[in-house]
Amino acid sequence: MASDVQGEGSGLVFHPMDQFLVKPLFGGSELYWYSITNVTLWMALSVVAVLAIMVFGTSHRGLVPSRSQSIGELAYGFVYKMVEDVAGKDAVGYFPYIMTLFMFIVCANFLGLLPMSFTTTSHIAVTAVMAMAVFLAVTILGFAKNGISFLSLFWISSAPLVLRPVLALIEVISYFVRPVSHSIRLAGNMMAGHAVIKVFAAFAGIAAIAPLSILAITAIYALEVLVSFIQAYVFAILTCVYLKDALHPHH
Amino acid sequence: MEGELILMGKYIGAGLACTGMGGAAVGVGHVVGNFLSGALRNPSAAAGQTATMFIGIAFAEALGIFSFLVALLLMFAV
Repeated sequence: MASDVQGEGSGLVFHPMDQFLVKPLFGGSELYWYSITNVTLWMALSVVAVLAIMVFGTSHRGLVPSRSQSIGELAYGFVYKMVEDVAGKDAVGYFPYIMTLFMFIVCANFLGLLPMSFTTTSHIAVTAVMAMAVFLAVTILGFAKNGISFLSLFWISSAPLVLRPVLALIEVISYFVRPVSHSIRLAGNMMAGHAVIKVFAAFAGIAAIAPLSILAITAIYALEVLVSFIQAYVFAILTCVYLKDALHPHH
Repeated sequence: MEGELILMGKYIGAGLACTGMGGAAVGVGHVVGNFLSGALRNPSAAAGQTATMFIGIAFAEALGIFSFLVALLLMFAV
């Protein structure tokens, strides 16, 4: 990946995309389907982080919440209110799935911000699995709940009759683009942000502009903390929107 | 010579694809700006519409991310 891009003229000490290389942790550099890679490690760590917040953090269940319990309660209330507001009261049954998605993505994003760590959500392979799962679940749910009338999602009855076939075509295309945009939005945002940090980190090696680039890293890091949270929020909220479409396809 | 020409085309294409992200920037700015101008006129209704604003941002941003994807594909996959 790096060797064909890094030309002779580029002054960077390391390539900004090198941080996204998937490497096996034990033995050799060969990758097999069962290899334990850095992706495996950091995904497992984000699951541990979710467990630490939601299970061990709230295990005391004090009337006056401890610090970790408040974080867990805040996260629970935040996602619950979002599902209720965006997807509707009858979608609350699907709250555990959206809560799982949100907590996993938020923990993976924040762990990826630690120096020398690996951002699992910057890989389209990771986010595409989550987005395809949402897409398949929502489509199956739509047909299971509404039967064939789920297709009225594409047939907008409030539009003039002449326009409806055209709109139906656009709606079908936009429906099938959903998993693509859903996954690439998260992966692209994480990848772009981390690559920008690495580009400025490479400039810090040049003495003349080092103070400026360290300032820039600080500023972009702060922005990345915000983006990490907002992208997890956007992923969850779009899942809610798709869920609402599946439960109430009639416009 | 031919390989270098293809490489040049790849890099120029990737750079051109990135101009699409400017469009996403305009779109996101438009969404948030209009949200703010509405929210400042009626602050009591603003809190309920933040989720809608984020959905709008996400849809506007998706198209910019597509151009980023095209750039990445040109750099690493083609």
